[in-house]
Amino acid sequence: MAQIELRQVEKKFGESFAVKPLDLTIQNGEFIVLLGPSGCGKTTTLRMISGLEAVTTGTILLDGRDVTWAHPSDRDIAFVFQFFALYSHMTARENIAFPLQAQRVPRAEISAKVAEVARMLRIEHILDSKPGSLSGGDQQRVALARALVRRPAAFLMDEPLGALDAEFREGMRAEIKQLHIRQEATTVYVTHDQIEAMAMGDRIVIMSKAQVQQVGTPHQVYHDPANLFVARFIGSPGMNLLNARYSDGKAILPGGSAVTVPGAYRAALDHALNDSDGAVIVGFRPEALRVNVTDGECSGVVYADDLHGGYSMLHLELADDVIIHGRMSRDTAHPIGETMVFDIDPAMMRFFHPKTELAIHINGGAA
Amino acid sequence: MAAANQSPRYYVNYSTRVDKVGLRPQINTAVRATVAVIVTVIMLIPVIWMGMTAFKNRPDAVSVPPKVFFEPTLEGFVFLLTDRRQLTAAEDEQLSARNDLSYFEQVALERGQSIIGQSAFPSQLINSLIISGVSTFFSVAFGVLAAYAFSRFNIPGKDDLLFFILSQRMLPAVVVTIPIFLMYREVGLHDTHLGMILLYTAFNLSFSVWLLKGFIDEIPREYEEAALVDGYTRLQAFRKVVLPQAVTGIAATTVFALIFSWNEYAFALMLTSDVARTAPPSIPIRLGTGGIEWAAIAAGSLLFLIPVVIVTFALRKHLLRGVTFGAIRKG
Repeated sequence: MAQIELRQVEKKFGESFAVKPLDLTIQNGEFIVLLGPSGCGKTTTLRMISGLEAVTTGTILLDGRDVTWAHPSDRDIAFVFQFFALYSHMTARENIAFPLQAQRVPRAEISAKVAEVARMLRIEHILDSKPGSLSGGDQQRVALARALVRRPAAFLMDEPLGALDAEFREGMRAEIKQLHIRQEATTVYVTHDQIEAMAMGDRIVIMSKAQVQQVGTPHQVYHDPANLFVARFIGSPGMNLLNARYSDGKAILPGGSAVTVPGAYRAALDHALNDSDGAVIVGFRPEALRVNVTDGECSGVVYADDLHGGYSMLHLELADDVIIHGRMSRDTAHPIGETMVFDIDPAMMRFFHPKTELAIHINGGAA
Repeated sequence: MAAANQSPRYYVNYSTRVDKVGLRPQINTAVRATVAVIVTVIMLIPVIWMGMTAFKNRPDAVSVPPKVFFEPTLEGFVFLLTDRRQLTAAEDEQLSARNDLSYFEQVALERGQSIIGQSAFPSQLINSLIISGVSTFFSVAFGVLAAYAFSRFNIPGKDDLLFFILSQRMLPAVVVTIPIFLMYREVGLHDTHLGMILLYTAFNLSFSVWLLKGFIDEIPREYEEAALVDGYTRLQAFRKVVLPQAVTGIAATTVFALIFSWNEYAFALMLTSDVARTAPPSIPIRLGTGGIEWAAIAAGSLLFLIPVVIVTFALRKHLLRGVTFGAIRKG
C-alpha cells in the first residue's frame, strides 16, 4: 500500500484549465474522495494519478517514487471505471485473471488468487458467466475483483457506483468501504454524490471549476465549510445562507429579525468586515433551526412543510424570496402561512465574507 | 366508431399495442408478408434462371418461352471446364463405337465434339480466389490498424488524411485504368498476381479504414485503459481487448472488401491477360467465341457465385449487426 503525493499538478486542455495547480498528499491506507459537480476536474485528476492522462506541469509521487511520466502499467495501481469496462468477450473468471496474465503469474497461482478474491466478493457462482448476462451490481463486483486480484499499491475508482440502480448502490457502498477497511488499501474515489462522499471518505477533496475548494474530513466539510461553494454543495439542502448586516454583536437578517452573534465570533467579524460596511453572510445547517422556542429572536412565515419520512423539512419565508430550510420532527405539522418564532443554534452558526466568499474563522478573520 | 370500442373476440396473452389487435392489423400484416414474399421472388428470378440454365442443354437453354421443367444435364459445366474440337463424321462414328469414354467425353460426343484439354476457367477461378483473398486480408489488416490510429490518437492533419484516403475511391475505375495500365507495364506488374493484389488492397483500404473507424469509435476507450492500467502495453491491449470487440466490424468489412475484389471487372479486364486473369472478365469473353454457350456461361456464373455466398453465410451472424454500420454494438 502506498502514499500518493501530488505536487502542483496541473492540467490544461488548450488554454483552459481542467485542473488548476493542486497539492495533495494521500496517506497510506487512506480513503480519499474527490467530490464535485461534473466538469470540475475530479476525473481528470484521477486519470493523471493513473497515468491515463499526462500532466501539463507538476509532479506525482507514489511512495516517494516520481511516476509523473511512468506508463500506467508501471505504476502498480488499479482503476475501476464507472461503466465497469469488463471485457464482454471474456468470462468473469477470465476478466479477473487478465491483470495477472500481464504479469506472467503461473497458472496455478492465478486460479488460486482468482478463487480467493471471488470468495471475498461472493461472486464464485458467476465466475463462468459473461459480463453481459450479469446484473449491474455483479458486474461491478467483477470489476472490483479484477482490481483487487493484483494487490496494487492503490485503487482509483471513477464513480464506480454511478451506473448502478439506487437499491444496489447503498449495498455496494458498504461493500467497497468494507473492502477498503480489510485491505487497508489507499483509495482515491471520484464521485459527484455527496452522500457517497460523506459516507465513505476519510477525507473529502471538494473541487469546483478546476480548483480545490476544501480538503477535510466529512465532519469538517459539513460543519466548517471553507467557502460558500462548499456550504451550498454539501448537504441536501445545503447550508442556509442569508445576506445579513452585522453591527454591535447582532446580525440583522432579511425581514428585519436580528440574531445574536456568538461571542467568540465578534472579534473576528469586527476585524474581517471593516472593509464591507458590516455586510456578512450568515450560514447555518437546517438542523440548527429551532422553532417554537419561547425566547426566539427571529420570525418567519411557513412557506411549505414537506414530510421526508423520518423527519420533515420546514421552509420559512423571511422576506420576499428569502427562504430558509429547517429540519423538524415529523410529528408536528406546521400550517402554511403561520408565523413562526425561531432561533439558530449558536454553536452551528457560521459566517462568510460576502466579497471573498470565504468563511470567517473565530481566530484569524477571513480564512 | 362503435367498432373501435369493441373488445376482440379472443384473449390477448402476448405483449402488443391496443391498435395492433383485431382483424384489420392482421390483414395488414398478411398483406405486408405477401408483398415481401413477392418482391423476394422477383429479386431471385435472375439467380434462379441462371441456376436452371446452368443445368440445361443447348436447345433447352435458348428455347422460347423458357422451359421451367427440363431434363438436367451437366453439359454446361463440361463445356465450361474443357476445350473441344469439332469431329468429322468418320471420327464421330469411330468414337461412338467405343465404350470406354469418360462422362465428359460422352457429353462432348453428343454434340459431335471431342475434348482436347482443360479450359482456362478453373485456373482463372483460382486466380480470383488468390487475388481477392490476399487483397481482402491485407486491406482489412492494414485498415484495422489505421482505423485504430485514427480513432484513438491525435494525428496532425487527421481530417485531411482521412479525406485523402476517402478520395482514393472517388474516380471511377474506367478513368484510372489506362494510367495504371501504362504504369504497370513499365514496372512489370502487368498481368501479375502481385499487381492485382496491390491494386485491390489500395482500393479497398480507403473503404475499410472508414468503415472500421466507425466501429472502433464505438468501442469505449475504457476497455484499453483498463488493460493499460492492468499492466499491458498499448499493442497488447489492442490485440487482446480491441480486436475481439471489433470482430463484428472486421467481419462486415471483410465481406464488403471481398465482394468488391471478387466482382471487380474493369481493372481485371485491362490489367490481366493470360497469367493473372480473374474470373469476371473471362465469363463475358466466352460470348464472343463461336456459338454462344449460354449453359456454360450460366455454369461459370454459378461457380463464381459460390465462394462469396459461403463467406457471407459464414459471417452472417456478424453481418446482421454489421450492416447497421456500428450503430448497434455487441453488448
